[in-house]
Amino acid sequence: MNCMNENILVIDDEIQIRRLLKISLEDSGYKVFLAGNAKEGLQESVNCRPSLILLDLGLPDEDGLSVMKKIREFSETPVIVLSVRNSEKDIVSALDSGSNDYITKPFNTGELLARIRACLRLYKPEQKIPQFINGNLEVDFSTREVKVSDKIVKLTSTEFSLLALFIRNAGKVITHGYILKEVWGKPFSDEVQYLRVYVAQLRKKLESNPSNPVMFVTESGIGYRMKIIE
Amino acid sequence: MDSESRPDPDELLKQIKDTEQNHLKGKLKIYIGMCAGVGKTFSMLQDAAKAHGKGVDTLIGFVETHGRSETEFLLFYLPQLPRKTLTYKGIELNEFDLDSVLEKKPRLVIVDELAHTNAPGSRHTKRYLDILELLDNGIDVFTAVNVQHIESLSDTVSRITGIKVNETVPDSIIEIADEIELVDISPEELLQRLSDGKVYTADKTRDAVENFFRKGNLSALRELSLRLAADRVDRQVRNYMQVNKIHGPWKSSQRIIIGVSSSPDSTELIRWARRVSYTMNASWVAVHVETPVPPDEYRRVALNKNLELARELGAEVIVTSDVDVVNGLLRIAKNENATLIVIGKSPKKNVFSAFFKSDIVTRLLNESGTIDVFVVSGSSESGNEEKKIRMPASQSGVFQYLVSAGIVFTIALLLYPLSSIIGYQTVALILLLVVTLLPLVMGPGPVLLAALLCPVIWNYFFVPPKFTILIGKSEDILMFFSFFFIALVTGVLTTRIRQREKVMKQREERAVALYRLANDLSKAVNLEEVINESVKNIENYFKVKSFIRLAGCDGKLKLNVNENISSKELSVAEWVYTNSKKAGRFTDSLPFAEYVYYPLTGPRGTYGIAAVKFFDKVSFMEQETLLKNFLNQTGSAVEREILNDRAGKAMILEESERLYKTLFDSLSHELKTPIATIMGSVSFLIERKKDSNASVQELYKEINTASIRLNVLVENLLDMARLESGKLVVNKKPCEARDLMNSVLDKQDIKENKNRITADIPENMPLFFVDFTLIEQALVNIIRNAIAYTPDETKIKLQFSHDGSYLYITVSDNGIGVPEQDLDRLFDKFYRIERKNSGGTGLGLSISKGIIDAHKGTINAYNMTSGGLKFVIKLPR
Repeated sequence: MNCMNENILVIDDEIQIRRLLKISLEDSGYKVFLAGNAKEGLQESVNCRPSLILLDLGLPDEDGLSVMKKIREFSETPVIVLSVRNSEKDIVSALDSGSNDYITKPFNTGELLARIRACLRLYKPEQKIPQFINGNLEVDFSTREVKVSDKIVKLTSTEFSLLALFIRNAGKVITHGYILKEVWGKPFSDEVQYLRVYVAQLRKKLESNPSNPVMFVTESGIGYRMKIIE
Repeated sequence: MDSESRPDPDELLKQIKDTEQNHLKGKLKIYIGMCAGVGKTFSMLQDAAKAHGKGVDTLIGFVETHGRSETEFLLFYLPQLPRKTLTYKGIELNEFDLDSVLEKKPRLVIVDELAHTNAPGSRHTKRYLDILELLDNGIDVFTAVNVQHIESLSDTVSRITGIKVNETVPDSIIEIADEIELVDISPEELLQRLSDGKVYTADKTRDAVENFFRKGNLSALRELSLRLAADRVDRQVRNYMQVNKIHGPWKSSQRIIIGVSSSPDSTELIRWARRVSYTMNASWVAVHVETPVPPDEYRRVALNKNLELARELGAEVIVTSDVDVVNGLLRIAKNENATLIVIGKSPKKNVFSAFFKSDIVTRLLNESGTIDVFVVSGSSESGNEEKKIRMPASQSGVFQYLVSAGIVFTIALLLYPLSSIIGYQTVALILLLVVTLLPLVMGPGPVLLAALLCPVIWNYFFVPPKFTILIGKSEDILMFFSFFFIALVTGVLTTRIRQREKVMKQREERAVALYRLANDLSKAVNLEEVINESVKNIENYFKVKSFIRLAGCDGKLKLNVNENISSKELSVAEWVYTNSKKAGRFTDSLPFAEYVYYPLTGPRGTYGIAAVKFFDKVSFMEQETLLKNFLNQTGSAVEREILNDRAGKAMILEESERLYKTLFDSLSHELKTPIATIMGSVSFLIERKKDSNASVQELYKEINTASIRLNVLVENLLDMARLESGKLVVNKKPCEARDLMNSVLDKQDIKENKNRITADIPENMPLFFVDFTLIEQALVNIIRNAIAYTPDETKIKLQFSHDGSYLYITVSDNGIGVPEQDLDRLFDKFYRIERKNSGGTGLGLSISKGIIDAHKGTINAYNMTSGGLKFVIKLPR
């Protein structure tokens, strides 16, 4: 694996989860640091210079959301939020206040590792993307040309900016509010129906089976994710 | 910009407010005529018929045709309201039935004769009050009135025609009318119509022509009505110019102050001032200056009447106290930035005022500075009237005079035998002492009597030669006159001091009463105490019976029928509360009640009613202002308590919600952490195939399946708890059917059975508004249920469809269905049908139902004829 020397900080109050994560992450070649509460977590996030932080939203000493905000005050380190189901509101707030992805407990280790990889790839600073390839989708940003299985597909300018946003955040979940704000502007951040229509159109034009999308997937109650097809 | 012509912002705001209020209120159209027979009713009915023809819901509320055939003909086509029959002293009276109109709620009601006085027992004393209530309820009204019935014109009319007008309507109702139509014909034509018998029957006609319908009268009345209409048009033009910033000759911020006293001249003055302020477009203030000399009862009533009239005619009323009337008036005039002071010419001049100070008019003219002064003369006959009534109106009864005389004679009798010892000069001093002391117990009249009697008695009985009015010695003559003068002055002065003291005491009592109320109210810690304190204070101070009732949470007055208050009183209370206006005894609305009712209002709304039982009208009118102060304070206190209550409740609710969330979060955290550990570990082990052989891998998969099931169970339990606590928030957003389906099919345990599931979503399925996550959960539960309860080869079909207002989702299988008797209980909690390979929790379907119910949708289960079970979900879009 190509992820040697990557430090990952786990902030979770449950010792069992911390142990599980330590074993499975170290097995994949990451160096793992552990913190059992918010205070330790914040300290460690400065000390051990992590490449990525796994943050549990339910911490004993401080609300996970405010920890998230504090981390963002001094660092751009990618953060994946761990949370239980039924807390979509908290997840959306965490994402909106700067975390990069989320995974619900209980989770599948394979799924978690895939998320971590996507996050780390995304934050390689040298990675500029004039050309983007995912599965049979090919996008050339210099010419604004979009190809699916080598066939040119015409997109409207809104569709293209939506696609560009997905590509910039490839592999990562993006919230409805964030997409609407970025593509349509702040006054539209509640108009979810626009988004539904345009995502459906993107799927129609770019997915091989629009009724069973594999690239533009829905994260129920939260937003969308462009899946990296590996 | 020329500041003079810039529209006054307050004025504009008022204009906007007026227009806004008009949206909610009904529209009023008044037909004005110079007298009976000009055809007001006829043109009103013509317009009504037109409106009716256009499909406006029109109702004839009350129209008197006086047997005029043309009018009756029109009436024939319009729906009419039956009249209400009231029996008063054995006479049957037909009246306008306000309640049934309010019940029927038509768009437009025709109610003739605006100035009519309702029969005793009606809700309001006057018909125009009925009409105001109709307007408040959003019903349009057409009505008609003759010019002589308009309050500010009635004096003029009775002077012209010599007939006293009893039924009047306040000018304000003409002002609030949205439209005024002048029904005008020439006097000649009217007389012609009269002689044709179109107005009255023949015998009545002759009387009418002789008494009222003289040509001179008619011309004068016609001029009055034309002028009234012209004034209004003029005002409308001015309003229009002001709103639309058209420069015009109008001058804003004129303010007129009128001095009001108890004299009947003031009544006329008030009417005059109203007309002037209306035509000048000026605001006006009626000022009464209370002097230390207390007015007698008659004057007090008259004064209150005058102030009430001014209020009714739209004046702002200020009562101030000052030792000097002129100073008081000028002080208010300066505070109010008055441009004009209007006072009546006072005919009464007594000897003292001629000596001590110049009369009010002259002084006002001298001291008013830049403010214009207008002096209006009063009619002389009203002056006589005043005098006539003033004489017997003195404060002390005959009894007091007798007592006073008695005291003087008794003292004189006691002193008589002593006079030879102490000397007759000492007697004079003792008698003087009596005169000085008398004001402590007597009114001013008896004191004066004593002051006059004493010197005479002294002279007659004590001064030699005794038993004559002759006085022998010259120093005794001097003494007699000194005695006379000293007794008189002492009497007058002490009386005046006493009176001032009385006024001061009264004022202080009021202030103390208000202070005490404020104090008591501020100490009250809950609503009940506020009310008890307020009632206690009112009853103590006014010496009346009183009660307060508040409205409950449902916005209805909390009244118990078993209280010893009659149902009639209760209905008055309800009316007062809903209309937020005072009513009851001594008022114009519902005067048959025993109590006077006031709405209890705070700055933010009406909270209930207060009822006070006054025994006579005089004390009611005198005390009303203070009572209103009491009630205002109570209203504010009630509002304060209600707001406090609400804040308290909100806090408790918030706290309980916070507790609930904490409990719930920690519960879900505790239950899920072990599952998360098991699943995380096992999935790690499954992925690291190299460590183990095939059979161990099988076991790992078993652990995985079991932990998924455990997780589903825990989530179901938590969902159920959330649903039952009512804390479920449905967050509706636009959703797409395909998205929903994909999310459902993406669940791990469902994904494993994907080959059993087919989905059918029509092209162009519109977006629908639901809570995505919840509906997803509902569908997942149903599909899990289908997977668990049917054999492996069974196919499951998910279908979406829609019509205009509903979204339908059906989940069907081709399994064996369920026994009919179980269908109804399928959604019950923990209900499971006996089947071997179930493994469900018995909660899934009832959670689904809970979610669908929260969306105001329905879910039903059917056994299909082709076999298998079908769930149909119907959701509003």
